[in-house]
Amino acid sequence: MTKMLNLKLKVWRQDGPDDAGHFEDYSTTVADDASFLEMLDYVNEQLIADNREPIAFDHDCREGICGSCGLMINGQAHGPQKGTATCQLHMRKFNDGDHITIEPWRAAAFPIIKDLAVNRAAFDRIIESGGYITVNTGAAQDANETPVPKEAADAAMDAAACIGCGACVAACPNSAANLFTSAKIQHLNLLPQGQAERFGRTKAMVETMEDYFGSCTNYGECQEACPKEISVDFIAMMNRDYAKSMIVNRRRLGERKVG
Amino acid sequence: MALELDAKVPPGPIADKWDNHKFDLKLVNPNNRRKFTVLVVGTGLAGASAAASLGELGYNVKVFTYHDSPRRAHSIAAQGGINAAKNYRNDGDSVYRLFYDTIKGGDYRSREANVYRLAQVSGNIIDQCAAQGVPFAREYGGLLDNRSFGGAQVSRTFYARGQTGQQLLLGAYQALARQIQAGTVELYNRMEMQDVVVADGRAQGITCRDLLSGEIVSFAGHAVLLCTGGYGNVYFLSTNAKACNVTATWRAHRQGAAFANPCFTQIHPTCIPPADEFQSKLTLMSESLRNDGRIWVPTEFDEQRAPGDIPESERDYYLERKYPSFGNLVPRDVASRNSKTVVDEGRGVGPLKNGVYLDFSDAIERFGAETIKARYGNLFDMYERITGEDPYKVPMRIYPATHYTMGGLWVDYNLMTTIPGLFALGEANFSDHGANRLGASALMQGLADGYFVAPATVPGYLAGLLGTPVMDTSDPAFTQTVAESQSRIDRLVGIQGTRSPDHYHRELGKLVWDYCGMSRNRTGLEKALAEIPALREEFWSDVRVLGNPGGFNQSLEKALRVSDFMEMAELKVADALQREESCGGHFREEHQTADGEAQRDDEHFAFVGAWEWGGPDVQHDAVLNKEPLEFENVQLTQRSYK
Amino acid sequence: MTQAMERRGADAPKVHSTQRTNRPWPVEFWSSAIGKKWVMAVTGLGLMGFVFAHMVGNLKMFLGAEEFDAYAESLKTLLYPIIPENGVLWMFRVGLIVMFGLHIASAYQLTRMNHRARPVKYQSPRDYIAANFAARTMRWTGIIVGLYLLFHLADLTWGWFQPDFVKADAYNNLVNSLSRPPVAAIYIVANIALGIHLFHGGWSMFQSLGLNSPRYNGARRAFAAGFAVVVAGMNVFFPIAVLTGIVSN
Repeated sequence: MTKMLNLKLKVWRQDGPDDAGHFEDYSTTVADDASFLEMLDYVNEQLIADNREPIAFDHDCREGICGSCGLMINGQAHGPQKGTATCQLHMRKFNDGDHITIEPWRAAAFPIIKDLAVNRAAFDRIIESGGYITVNTGAAQDANETPVPKEAADAAMDAAACIGCGACVAACPNSAANLFTSAKIQHLNLLPQGQAERFGRTKAMVETMEDYFGSCTNYGECQEACPKEISVDFIAMMNRDYAKSMIVNRRRLGERKVG
Repeated sequence: MALELDAKVPPGPIADKWDNHKFDLKLVNPNNRRKFTVLVVGTGLAGASAAASLGELGYNVKVFTYHDSPRRAHSIAAQGGINAAKNYRNDGDSVYRLFYDTIKGGDYRSREANVYRLAQVSGNIIDQCAAQGVPFAREYGGLLDNRSFGGAQVSRTFYARGQTGQQLLLGAYQALARQIQAGTVELYNRMEMQDVVVADGRAQGITCRDLLSGEIVSFAGHAVLLCTGGYGNVYFLSTNAKACNVTATWRAHRQGAAFANPCFTQIHPTCIPPADEFQSKLTLMSESLRNDGRIWVPTEFDEQRAPGDIPESERDYYLERKYPSFGNLVPRDVASRNSKTVVDEGRGVGPLKNGVYLDFSDAIERFGAETIKARYGNLFDMYERITGEDPYKVPMRIYPATHYTMGGLWVDYNLMTTIPGLFALGEANFSDHGANRLGASALMQGLADGYFVAPATVPGYLAGLLGTPVMDTSDPAFTQTVAESQSRIDRLVGIQGTRSPDHYHRELGKLVWDYCGMSRNRTGLEKALAEIPALREEFWSDVRVLGNPGGFNQSLEKALRVSDFMEMAELKVADALQREESCGGHFREEHQTADGEAQRDDEHFAFVGAWEWGGPDVQHDAVLNKEPLEFENVQLTQRSYK
Repeated sequence: MTQAMERRGADAPKVHSTQRTNRPWPVEFWSSAIGKKWVMAVTGLGLMGFVFAHMVGNLKMFLGAEEFDAYAESLKTLLYPIIPENGVLWMFRVGLIVMFGLHIASAYQLTRMNHRARPVKYQSPRDYIAANFAARTMRWTGIIVGLYLLFHLADLTWGWFQPDFVKADAYNNLVNSLSRPPVAAIYIVANIALGIHLFHGGWSMFQSLGLNSPRYNGARRAFAAGFAVVVAGMNVFFPIAVLTGIVSN
């Protein structure tokens, strides 16, 4: 049966990228059937009724797949439920009288736009630098011409499940994006179709990542925060491919001098 | 003034139309391609694939999304799969069969030639996606796996776990990213289209609101492709993402593009029912659940017992009872309508009496919990996260929800709207799904349009503009449109009323759902036509938009979207009222067979209802144009699932 | 590249810049963060070998002064006469200094990079799930071990803190030093820090080197924990053994 929860919220408010920002306190009462974002919707409705500006936060599909939402809830990226994005977190995970602190993702690469919304364009830059297989539309052969071992397809799918929400960066004490980048790299590197560009891709994507993000020191916090429970094993695989990329591409170039 | 609806369907046998047409289309010399600017609005399956493909060809492409990244478009949420007539299963599938199933599934309200082309290119889509690294499900031999979906009699659905839409979109997004890096495509994220600029009888560009700075900016192009999805959020509660909206297509409509069949909306039978008044959206549970789950409600009205305490004799497995041959696997529209009937009777289940049971206890007994977990584990987990109930122990509660809109901008065979140079792709157009869409066909259409159709037909249009520069954005056509967009914003912000945009969206959604939802009748539709303008007026005099309009302002974004839904809803209802027949997702209670099934009227309604904007009094000003549908290759039959 | 960086929405500041020029690969590798983590892992592995051998050598103290001094002396004549006296020892010393240097340099540079990657910290307390005490304190345990190492060299190699230090009388120097409770306490604290450092480092190096496989992933944690307990445990036991008189002169 539906239970009503009285909550004390402490929410980060920041008027724009250059504003210093501060916490504001709100109290609200919501049903435990509500999702976390519905709770925020409700707070926003109350704020509007009081003629106060509603809280800005990114969200869209509310099915845990688009990766738009992402809040630091009581010090945990996406809150207390494992393998669950903020939009799929429901209030029944909280108790009556709880204090909830909500902060935006914080990283140099994710500048705050307003309140809880951040700019994650650095992720797009990583993909643009090599996160694809070069094949023009129409150039593909019949799909069954290239068999893919089921194990490889499954492992690639595990990596490809990444929703690009940025929780790994948010949770990482170093603001490293190694889980995101490794998932995107390994999704393609594990497939036969991705072999031709394997090492060039790895090198380009790692280097773009390092332009914006911190370094991985193997805390493992990213894996815990990931709503798709992507494994840090992919980081190890990326490290291996990156080291190989130092040698393999050069060997392919033979003895010729380039650049 | 009636529009001339020339579908430009090429002559000749249906199987040769597309090839002949591609040959007849004019080409653009590779050296000339970069002289053409193409604006692509939206980065879902259709938009991302079209932008990437046109960029590869060498056109100068600008792509717009209101999201922070192209990858967030709602195509990403599609679960089930994508159809293709590959016949890898040797079970008798063919291009013709996929074409036939799609036409029949659409209850004979789509255009034959377009649907045939869709089936023709379906196989190329799978090839393209596999080459891009989409991790489709595989068999142990390494070849692609298929499943049957949505009651199809052949296994033609390709899938990537329960995240097919996500994986296909990532494939298109990655292809797009490659072109962005190559410099052929420019990405404008957090940019929401506000209007189409039409001058000299063709589309010249668009205006957008920069969601970060609040500025209205103009972009000129030789062609504009709207890949902006459907209008399902007119119901407020739907399985669409929160930001999905009708603004792009509606503004195009206001500029002269005909809007076709707005009353055709697909209501998906297996969604999680709303839990309380906080409900912000509905979540779809894959259709595949109906393969093993049994749908029932108590025989008694106002049943108070827990489902486990209700004896077998007091359960009504109503789909199995009414449709012995298809049972729980009847098509989406039939399943949805029957759920509504039993809930309306007062036999709904759950705290709000707003659902029906989808019970897995028989399947668990027969196959064991482990097998069921292997098949539906992810979905069961998702259900438990949302409802807090364990579907292994307690039957799921489901109820229909708006899912997809078959209607959209009217387009010809080239996917061009009635405004020359303005194209509509994917869910934003009306062409392929008629009155009801089959499962796993939306992804197919989005990618067919984006990868294969538009890259062939858009150049055919551009070729005629060789040597014509894009219009200067300081031209009055642009500055005037910018001023109009700006004044709409100023007006909304200036109202300083008492209610939030969300409040009005909910009110509108409730009206449309109650009177133009799963089943419709004249009285209800007329009531809606009376109430919607009143609500719209109230919205325009009482909405409260707070915050700075010259910056990131989600309330303002919402208010702008709701203001367009307020007009669109009226056209949708008017269309439902004019269509005096039942077909697919459009069920008019006045038109049903003796045993309560949909009664089509092919003699009077085998046409596409293409509405022309006439003025702000939508229901009276809008002009209905009819494109007659001719069926040369299929026999019209009455669907039966008994 | 620059065009890509200036694109809309990419106004994130750069925190690091990998060398993209066509330099010799070790230089290029070192310039990347992943390369530095490789260096940390490889030097860490070398240093683990050292602390393990050092610990095993020190076990000789339980065999008495003669055995212990003989062991200490033998280090000078390793591979003698193929290599001159003290030759191998100096090779080890240089190797260790280089490894320490690289280990510390990478740690320092990565730490700086990580600070730049989050200039504004979270304003509310974090609730860590996976990041354990060892992982979060690597920086501090590393500094403690480094300072302790200097003290250790000054105390037992150079004899700065021992009035009756006799060069080459290793056993007596050791027992005399560890009989002083404050010094013993320093040893104990520092070696606990070393154990904590090894507990994370011994696992982390496998990740950094890309050594992972479902077959032995479970063993990586066990290895790190076992190694840390054995090395740090024995090292802590030495001063205790002196203080309690198990080992005396």
